[in-house]
Amino acid sequence: MSITVQSRRQSLSPELARLNKEIEVYARDYGLDFYETFFEVLDFEEMNMVAAYGGFPNRYPHWKFGMEYERLNKSYAYGLHKIYEMVINNDPCYAYLLEDNHLVDQKIVMAHVYGHCDFFKNNIWFSKTNRKMMDSMANHATKIRKYIDKFGLEAVEDFIDTCLSIEDLIDHHSVFIERRAKQKEHTDEEKAIVRKIAASDYMDDFINPREFLEHQKQKLEEERLKRRRFPEDPQKDVLLFLLENAPLENWQRDVLWMIREEAYYFAPQAQTKIMNEGWATYWHAKIMTERALNDAEVIDFADHHSGTVAAHPGQINPYRLGFELWKDIEDRWNKGKFGKDYDECDNYVSKREWDLGLGLGREKIFETRRVHNDITFIDAYFTEAFCHERRFFTYQFNPERGVYEIADRNWKSVKQKLLSGLTNFGQPFIYVTDGNFENRGELLLDHRHEGIDLRIDYAKDTLKSLFSVWSRPVHLKTMLEGKGRLFSYDGEKHTERKIDG
Amino acid sequence: MILNIEQDYLRFRQIVRGKIKQDLKKYISQGELIGKKGKDYVSIPIPQIEMPNFRFGRRNTGGVGQGEGDPGTALSPGDVGEDGAGQAGNAPGAHILEVDLTMEELAQILAEELELPRIQPKGSARLKTERDRYSQISKVGPESLRHFKRTYKEALKRQITAGSYDPANPHIIPIHEDKRYLSWKTKQRPESNALIVYMMDVSGSMGDEQKEIVRIESFWIDTWIQTNYNGVATRYIIHDAVAQEVDKETFFHTRESGGTVISSAYELCHKIIEEEYPEELWNIYIFHFSDGDNWSGGDTDRCVNILKSDLLPKVNLFGYGQVESTYGSGQFIRELENNVNDIDNLVLSRIENKDDIYQSIKDFLGKGK
Repeated sequence: MSITVQSRRQSLSPELARLNKEIEVYARDYGLDFYETFFEVLDFEEMNMVAAYGGFPNRYPHWKFGMEYERLNKSYAYGLHKIYEMVINNDPCYAYLLEDNHLVDQKIVMAHVYGHCDFFKNNIWFSKTNRKMMDSMANHATKIRKYIDKFGLEAVEDFIDTCLSIEDLIDHHSVFIERRAKQKEHTDEEKAIVRKIAASDYMDDFINPREFLEHQKQKLEEERLKRRRFPEDPQKDVLLFLLENAPLENWQRDVLWMIREEAYYFAPQAQTKIMNEGWATYWHAKIMTERALNDAEVIDFADHHSGTVAAHPGQINPYRLGFELWKDIEDRWNKGKFGKDYDECDNYVSKREWDLGLGLGREKIFETRRVHNDITFIDAYFTEAFCHERRFFTYQFNPERGVYEIADRNWKSVKQKLLSGLTNFGQPFIYVTDGNFENRGELLLDHRHEGIDLRIDYAKDTLKSLFSVWSRPVHLKTMLEGKGRLFSYDGEKHTERKIDG
Repeated sequence: MILNIEQDYLRFRQIVRGKIKQDLKKYISQGELIGKKGKDYVSIPIPQIEMPNFRFGRRNTGGVGQGEGDPGTALSPGDVGEDGAGQAGNAPGAHILEVDLTMEELAQILAEELELPRIQPKGSARLKTERDRYSQISKVGPESLRHFKRTYKEALKRQITAGSYDPANPHIIPIHEDKRYLSWKTKQRPESNALIVYMMDVSGSMGDEQKEIVRIESFWIDTWIQTNYNGVATRYIIHDAVAQEVDKETFFHTRESGGTVISSAYELCHKIIEEEYPEELWNIYIFHFSDGDNWSGGDTDRCVNILKSDLLPKVNLFGYGQVESTYGSGQFIRELENNVNDIDNLVLSRIENKDDIYQSIKDFLGKGK
C-alpha cells in the first residue's frame, strides 16, 4: 500500500491538511468511529478515471471501464454532473477531493466522507467485506493481466464479458449464513429404516400405528431422493454453484472467482444506499452547521447542501430520503414519540406536541446505523406521519393521457412501492435448482415469479452466457403472462415450451 | 498514480465503432439523435453497452416520488426515473443525456463524432465581410469597457509582488496601470450563401418511421451546412405523382398517397433554382429521400436526364437517400448507380433503419463539398 500512497501526485495542501485535521476532530467528538482516512486531491479527469474504476486506482483491463469513463467525461463536459467526492471502503479509507472545488465544498466533502467511513466500519452489512480491497483489486488486475499475456486478450475479455452478464446472480445475504457448514457423508448403504417405539406385541398397533409408519417411511424416502438431488436445495448463489461444478479451465475459474468477490464487495453499498448517503449527509450538515462553518461560508454551504438534498418529483433522492429519515428518527427518540402510549394516542394535537424529553435520539441513530440495511430501515422507520409530512406519493403511467401521473398518497402503498423497489435491488430472483436436469447433466435455473415477467430477449442471451460456462444445455423455468415456460439453449438454438407453472 | 484507462477507453471506442467484437453490437444503445425539439435543446447520445442479464421486462409500473400535487397531477417526463423507487443513482444506466447546446457547439460535436470535413464553398470569388468581436484585452480603452475581474487580478498581482498584500486584511486597490479593457478584433467572415432543397417522396409507402428518419437526417444536415455558411435558405418539395412546394411543417407531416413520379420533383426543383437562385451566387445542396419505387422506367430515364443536364452541373451536392419502407425498396438507387455513377457531386445512400442515419449523414457530407 505504501507504494501507492507515495506515488500519489498531490498530497493535501497545508490549508486542506489543517481543515482535515480540524474536521476529523469534530467528527470524533460527535462519536463517529472510522479507520484512518487518507484524502487525495485529483483534477476532474483523474477523478473521472478513478470513478470509472469504481474508486480503485488499479483494476483489470476491460472496456467497461472505458465506457464508464466516457460517460463521466462527457456528462462533465456538458455540465450535467460533477463528482464532488468519492470514498472507498477499505482500511485505511481512501477518499478523493476534486481539485478546483471551493474551500467550503472541500470542508463539506470531508465531513461527508467521515460519515461514510463511520458507516463502512460499523454497519453490520459491511462487516464481512474485505477491508484490504485496495490490495485485492490490484492483485486481481495483475492476475488478469497475466492471463491475458498467456491466453490472449480476446479469450480473456470474452470470458469476462460472459461473467459480467451473470455477475448479479449472487446471494446478497449469503455472507451471513453458514449454509453448507458440514455436509454429512451419506452412503448409499444407509437404508431408510423407520424406528419403532418398543412395545409388546398386542400394544404395537396402538403405539406405532401403521399409517404413521407409512408416513415416516415416505418422509425418509423423500429425504433420500433429496440427497441425490443436486444441489440439495435451490441455490441463489449461482456463481458459487458454477465455480464448484462447471467444467471450467483453471484460469477461467479464477477469473469468475474474482468477479464474484468484487460483486460481493460492492453489494452492501447498493444495499444501504439510502442509509449510507443519508448518514453522511446528516453528519456533514451537523458538523458544518454546528462547528466547522464560518460566517462567510454560510451561503455557499446552503447552496451546496440544498443541491445535495433536492427533491426531484418523480424520483427518490437517496440523500434526501436518508437525511430526512435520520433526522426524523433522532427527533422521535429525543421526544419519546414511539411505543405503545404514543401509538395509541389519538389526539392529533397532543401527538404533535408530544415531548417526554427523553433525549435518546443520538443513541438511537447510532444503534440504527449499526444493524439495519435499506429494506429494514424503510420498513421500521418510514412512518405514516413521515410519509404525509414529507409529501410522498406513488405515480403510475396513464396510457390514456400518455403521461406519468400521481396515483395516490396512501402511506401503505407508498411504503410497499419503496420496499418492492429495494427488494433484491429490483432484480428478479433466480435460483439453481438442478445441475443434473433430466439426468443429462444439464443446468436448470428457476425464476421465482413475483408478478412481473422477465425480458425475454435478454433472458435468452443470458442463457447463452450460462451455456458458455456450463458447456451443457441450460434451461430457465419462468412464467410468461401467467403461464409456465421453460426456455432452453443447447449451444445452437433456443427453444421454448409450456410447462406447468 | 498510474491509470490505464486510455487502453480501456480505446477498446470501448473500437467496439462502438464496430471494428472489433461485432457480437456486442446489438447491446449498444445509441439513443436518439434528437430527443426533444424545443429551442436549442437536444440530446447527445453517449453509447453504452449493456450486457444481457436476467431482468424484468416491463418496468414502467410507476414508482415513488416526493413533492406537491393531487392524485392525477401529471409529472413531466424528465422527472420520472427509469426504474422508479430506490434505484436512483445506482444504475450506470442507458439514460440518454440531454443538454442545452448552441448550434455552434452542436456542429462541433458533429464534426468530432462524424469526422466531417469543413465544406469548401465553390467559386473562387468569394465575398467577405468584416465583423468586430470583443475578444481581446488591452491596457487602454474607455471606462465603459473596463474588465473588472482582470483589473483586480492585475492589482492583486502587483500588491503581492510589492509585498503590500495582507491576507488577513485583503484590500485590493487598482491603480491606473492595473486597468484592463475589453478590446475588439476584426474578423473576416466569408459571405457566401447556401440553398438547401429537400425533396421527399410522400407516396403511400412512406410511413411515419420513414418520415422520422428524414426529419432527423435533415435536422443534422441543416445544422452542419448552416455552420459553414453565412446564410442558408431552405426549400421543401414533396411529391407523389405530382410535385408541390410546401413549408417545413407540411413537409414532415403530410401523408399523401398515390403513385410516384420522381421527375416531377426534379423539374420543380430545377425551376426554383433557375428562377430564384443563380448558381454563381449560391452554393446549392439538394437532398432527395424516397423509397425508390418509381412509377415507370421511362420516368427514371427522364430523372437521369434532368440530373445530368440541369441539376448536377449547378449544385455543390445532390444527395439521394433511399429509405427502406415496409413495402420493400425500389430500383431507383440502382438505376442512378448504373447511369450517373461518374459524377462526384452525386451521393447515393441507403438508409435501412434509424441506425443507418449516422452513416448516411457521413456519406452525404463526408466529401466536404
